[in-house]
Amino acid sequence: MAIEDSADQGAAKRETLSLWRRIGRRSELAYLFLRSPPAMIGALLTVLSLGATLFAPWVAPTDPFDLAAYDLLDSLLPPAWAAGGEARFLLGTDDQGRDMLSAILYGARISVLIGGASIAFAAILGVTLGLAAAYLGGWFDHVVMRIADVQLALPAILTALLIDGVARGVLPSESHDRLMIPVLILAIGLSLWVDFARLARASALVERDKDYVQAAEIMGLPAWRIMLSHILPNIAGPILVVLTIDLAVAILLEATLSFLGVGVPADQASLGTLIRIGTAYIFSGEWWIALFPSLALVLMVIAVNLLGDFLRDALNPKLR
Amino acid sequence: MALLDIQDLSVSFETRFGKQMAVDGYGLSLERGEIHGLVGESGAGKSTVGAAILGLLPGGGQIEGGSIRLDGRELVDLSQRDWHRLRGAKISMIFQDPQTSLNPLLTIEEQLVETILTHTKLSEAKAKTRALSLLEEVGIRDAAARIADYPHQFSGGMRQRVVIALALCSEPDLIIADEPTTALDVAVQKQVLALIRRLATKRGVGVLLITHDMGVIAEITDTVSVLRDGRLVEAGETNRVLGAPSAPYSRSLIASVPRVEKKVARFPQLSDAGPRRGARSDLAQRGAEWLLSRPGAGSKREGDILDLQGLSVSFRSGGGLFRQSRVVRAVKDVGLRLAVGETLGLVGESGSGKSTIAKALVGVHKAQAGALRYFGRPLALTEKRPARDPSRREIQMIFQDPYSSLNNRWKVGAIVSEPLRFHGLCKNRREAAAITTSMLALVGMDPDAVGKYPHQFSGGQRQRIAIARALAARPALMICDEPTSALDVSVQAQILNLLKDIQDRFGLAILFISHDLPVVRQMSDRVAVMQNGVLVEEGAADAFYKSPRHDYSRMLLAQTPSLDKLADPQILAAQTVA
Amino acid sequence: MISLLAGRLAQSIFVMLAVAALAFALFRFVGDPVAQMVGQETAIEDQERLREQLGLNDPAPVQFLRFLGDMATADFGYSYRTRQPIGEMILSRLPATLELAFVSLIISLLIGVPAGIYTAIHPRRAASSAILLTTLAGISAPTFVIGIGLITLFGVQLGWLPTFGRGETVTLGWWKSNLFTLDGWRSLILPALTLGVYQLTLTLRLVRSEMLEVMRTDYLKFAVARGLDWRAIHYRHAFKNTLAPVVTIVGLQFGGVIAFAVVTESVFQWPGMGLLFLDSIRYVDIPVMSVYLVLIGFLFVLVNLVVDILYLVIDPRIRARAEG
Repeated sequence: MAIEDSADQGAAKRETLSLWRRIGRRSELAYLFLRSPPAMIGALLTVLSLGATLFAPWVAPTDPFDLAAYDLLDSLLPPAWAAGGEARFLLGTDDQGRDMLSAILYGARISVLIGGASIAFAAILGVTLGLAAAYLGGWFDHVVMRIADVQLALPAILTALLIDGVARGVLPSESHDRLMIPVLILAIGLSLWVDFARLARASALVERDKDYVQAAEIMGLPAWRIMLSHILPNIAGPILVVLTIDLAVAILLEATLSFLGVGVPADQASLGTLIRIGTAYIFSGEWWIALFPSLALVLMVIAVNLLGDFLRDALNPKLR
Repeated sequence: MALLDIQDLSVSFETRFGKQMAVDGYGLSLERGEIHGLVGESGAGKSTVGAAILGLLPGGGQIEGGSIRLDGRELVDLSQRDWHRLRGAKISMIFQDPQTSLNPLLTIEEQLVETILTHTKLSEAKAKTRALSLLEEVGIRDAAARIADYPHQFSGGMRQRVVIALALCSEPDLIIADEPTTALDVAVQKQVLALIRRLATKRGVGVLLITHDMGVIAEITDTVSVLRDGRLVEAGETNRVLGAPSAPYSRSLIASVPRVEKKVARFPQLSDAGPRRGARSDLAQRGAEWLLSRPGAGSKREGDILDLQGLSVSFRSGGGLFRQSRVVRAVKDVGLRLAVGETLGLVGESGSGKSTIAKALVGVHKAQAGALRYFGRPLALTEKRPARDPSRREIQMIFQDPYSSLNNRWKVGAIVSEPLRFHGLCKNRREAAAITTSMLALVGMDPDAVGKYPHQFSGGQRQRIAIARALAARPALMICDEPTSALDVSVQAQILNLLKDIQDRFGLAILFISHDLPVVRQMSDRVAVMQNGVLVEEGAADAFYKSPRHDYSRMLLAQTPSLDKLADPQILAAQTVA
Repeated sequence: MISLLAGRLAQSIFVMLAVAALAFALFRFVGDPVAQMVGQETAIEDQERLREQLGLNDPAPVQFLRFLGDMATADFGYSYRTRQPIGEMILSRLPATLELAFVSLIISLLIGVPAGIYTAIHPRRAASSAILLTTLAGISAPTFVIGIGLITLFGVQLGWLPTFGRGETVTLGWWKSNLFTLDGWRSLILPALTLGVYQLTLTLRLVRSEMLEVMRTDYLKFAVARGLDWRAIHYRHAFKNTLAPVVTIVGLQFGGVIAFAVVTESVFQWPGMGLLFLDSIRYVDIPVMSVYLVLIGFLFVLVNLVVDILYLVIDPRIRARAEG
C-alpha cells in the first residue's frame, strides 16, 4: 500500500521533471539505462557501428570490391597523418592499394551480417527446441537435451570449424565461394543454439509451475498457445540477454574463422580476413593493415558486450 | 537507563521516484528482558527499523536523522568498523527463513564455534563445550551427536533453534528477530516463540520482535508499537494496545484479524483502505446483471454441485536412470461433497494434500483412483479432461500468490477478458471490453486498470483482478487455494468480504482451502480436515470449532495463537462509528 | 554415491558414443575413403578389393562397431594427406598442446580467481572498476588479435621474446617439453598468455558474479549480523559457496582452452594438435578430423567426471543425496 501511495505522489510531481527523468519514470529499464554510463556508451557505439556498416556504400570513400576503384601503385601507404601518408587514404592502404577505411566499413558489414544472421538462426532454433522440450517433456525432451550435451562437449569454435570442413569436403569447389557465407551462418548458428535451448527450457520449466500457467491450463488452452502467448513473453528477458552476449560471441567466431582462412572468401573480406592479411606485414613495419581492422572489431564487440552486461544486470530480479 | 532507546529515527531510500521516507520519526524504548513487538503491514518500514539498528541498511538506504542509543551509546554516527564490532557482540539477529539463514557447506559446530571464537577469548576446546551447551539450551535433542551435522540434516523448526543458538553465541544484550516464525507451521511456531520468551527472561536479553502477525504479538510480547507507512501509529503495553486500541488505524487492523472463537458476517471496514464505492456502482450493477443472466444461474440447479468419492493421487519423486523413483501418495481415498451455494473449508498443515485435491478437481493433476460427479454428471478424474468440457468454464480457481497468478506481460484487460474470448462468452470486442470493466468494477477496481500491467498493482489489488478473471468465466464453483495467505491482514479482510459478497449475490459454491483455522471459520458452512493425505474429520463448521472430534483437529485448534487479548471487532466497529 | 557416479558415467558414455558416431559419420560418409587413399589411375577392381579389405562394404552398424573398437584400442588409421599413422602424428603433437593449455589455465586461475574475489568484495573501489573495464576488453578482443598484439609489442617492437615455434625443448621419452629450459619458457610465454586472457576474463567475471550472488543470501547476511571477521565472511562463507559453480565452469572451459588452442597455435605457429586439426580442415583430411573429434569428446567427458567428483567433495548436500 505504501508503495502505491508513493507512486501516486510521484505522478503528481511528474510535470516538473525533465524529459529524460520522465522516461525514467515510465520504465524501470529506461531508468536504469539512463543511470548507467557504460550502457549508454555501448548503445551509442552500437548505433554508430551499425549505422556505419549498414550505410557503408554511402559512407565509405571507395568501393573495395570494385577492381577498377583501386590501383596497385597506391599499395601499402601509411595513414594520412604518418610520414608518406596521403589525405585520400585516411587509414592508409593495404597490399592491393585499397583504402583501409573503406575496406573496414565493408568488412564490418559482412561481420555484422553473418553475426546477426547466425545468432537469429541459433535463437529461433534454440528457443523453439527448448520450449518444445519443456512442454512436451518425455522422449522429445530427452533427445533434445542429450543432443545439447553432445554439443556442449564440442566447443563452439570446433563445431564451426568442423561444419566448415565438412562443407569443403561435400560441396563442389565451384559453388564453394558462393555458398561460404550461408555455410558460415549455419556453422556459427549450430554451434550456439544450445545456449538458447537450455535457457528457454529451464526458464519455461520455472514459468510452467507458476499459477498463471495453471490458470490457462485449467481453462483448457492448448499447450502450444500457452507456450507462445503466456510463457514466451515471460522468458523474453533472459533470452534477450543471451542474444546480446552471444551476438558478441558470434561476431568473434566469424572473425576467428575468417582469420584462420576457413571463413568468408577473400574477395568479400570481413574484418577477420583483413586482419589475417595484415599480419603478414607486421614484421615489415606496415602495422596499420592489421591494427585498424582489429580496433574496429574490438570496439564493435565491446559495444555489444556493454549492452549485454547492462541488460543482464538490469533484467536480473535478484539484483534488486 | 533503557537498553535500547530510539528517538525520532528517520530512514530514507533512493528510488526511481526520488527519495522516499521508509521510516519517519520512529521512537522506542526497550528494557532488558523485555520483548517488544513491532507490528505493521508490508511496506510499513518495520524491517527497515531492524536493519537500521544493526547498521545494515540495504543499498540506497540512509539514516536521515534521530538517534539510536544502545546502553546509552549513540549508534547513528558510528563508523562502519565500529558498527561491525558491535554486531554479534552486543546486538544479534534472527532471520525469517531458517532454510536459507545457515551456511549449507559448514557443519553446525563449525558455524557455532567460529562465532564464539570471534567474540570471546575462549580456547577452541572451550568454545566447543559452549556450543554444545547452547544447542542443549535451545532444545536440540541429542545435541552431542547432532552438532557435527550439516544444516540440511535438520527440520525447519530445529534449524530455527540452531539460528537462535547462533544469535546467542556472543551473549548479546539485544536480539532483533525479523518474522522469526513466519516460515514455520503453527505447532512449531508455538514452541519457538516459547523458547524466545524463556531465553529473554532467563538471560535478560532485550528482544525486538518484528512481525505482521497479531497472534504472535499477542502470544509473547510485553510492549508493542504499531507502524504504518514508516510512522508510529500507537505504542504501549501489549494488553492495552490490543485490548483497547486508541488510534483508528490500530483499531481497524485489530478488527481485521479473523478470530478462531467466533464468526463475523462481515469484517468491519474502518480504514479508508477499502474499495471505492458509489461512483462506479452502475458499472458493477451491469456486471452483476450479466452474471445473473447466465444460463442455469440462481436456483435452477439444485443438490450437490460436486460429489467426489475415493480420490487417490500419487506422484513420482526423484529417480533417474539408475535409481528407483519413490511414489508419494499425496491423497488417499478422500471423499467430499459440496452443495450449491455452500462453502466447504478444507484445512490442514502444509503437505497434507489439500492443494493436491484442488488440482485434481480442476484436472491439472491426474488422479490414480476416484470418481467425480459434477451436477450429477461424471467428470474425468483419472484421465485427461477434454479441452472443451463445460466444467472448465464453470469451475474456476483463485490461487494463493497473486504475484504468480497473473501473467506479468499481459495488460489487466487482456487477462480478465481471456476467459470471455476463449469460452466465447461475448459477441465482439466491444462487448468483451464492456464486460471486462464491469467485472473489474464488481471487485472494486477502476475501469482504467484495463490498460495497466499487473506489476502496477499491490497484492490485494492483484487478487481482486484474479477474482474478476474467475468471475468473467461465469463460474458455478470457485476453488480458492489459500487466497489470502500472501496478503496483509487488512487486505485479507477486504478480500474475504468480497468473496462473501460475491457468493451471496451469485449463489456460488466455494471450496475454501487454507491452513489458517480462524480464516476458515469466517468463510465456511462446513469444514473438512486433512492430515497426511487422509481426511480425518468433516462436519458443520460451528460444531467443529466448538468441539472437534478428532485428536488431530483438537491439536490444530490448540496450537492456533490465542487472540482473546484482542478487542472484540464489533465493539471496535461500534466505537468508531460513534 | 556409487549410483550417482554410475549415472554420470552412463551419461558420459552416451556423450562419448554420440561423438564417436558423429566422427564415424564424418569418416564414412564425407567423401569416398577409397578414392582418397588411392591414385586416380588405380583400376576399379583394385579399388573394389581395397574396399572389401577395409570392410567398407559391410553394413554401417558393423562398420561403426569396428570403428569404436579401433578408437578404443588407439588404432586411429592413416592420414589421407601425409599417409602417416594418425596415432603417431597426434602423439608427437599432444605434449605441445597440453603444455600450452595447462600453463594458460594456470595463468587464468592464478590471476582470475583472486581478482574476481577482489572485485566482488570491493565493488566500489576504483581498482575494481579498472579491472572490470579490462575484462571487458578481454572478452571483446578475439584471441588472435591479442596474439598479434603481443607479437607486435614483445616480438617486433621490443624484440624480447620469440614470436613462433616452441624453441628449445627437452625430450622425456616421447614427451617433448618446453618446461625445462629458459628458451622453452621464453617461447611458451606469449602463446600461453594469449590463450589464457580469454579464460582469465571468463573466470574473473564468473567468480565475481557468483560471489556477489552468494553475498546476497540470508546466511551471508546472518554471518555479517553475527559480527564475524570480514576475512571469515569473505573466504570461509562466501568464497567456499562460490566454489561449486566455479569448478563446473572451469571444467567446461578446459574444452574451450583446447579449442582455442587451434587459434593460438595458428598465430604462433605452435606445432600442436590444433595446427594439425586446422591443416586437416584445409586439406579435407577426414580421418584426422574424426580422430581429433573423438579425442576432444573424450577429454571433455574426463574433465566432467573430475568435476562431478569435486562436487561431492565440496557440497555435503550432494554427498547426502548421493548416499541416500
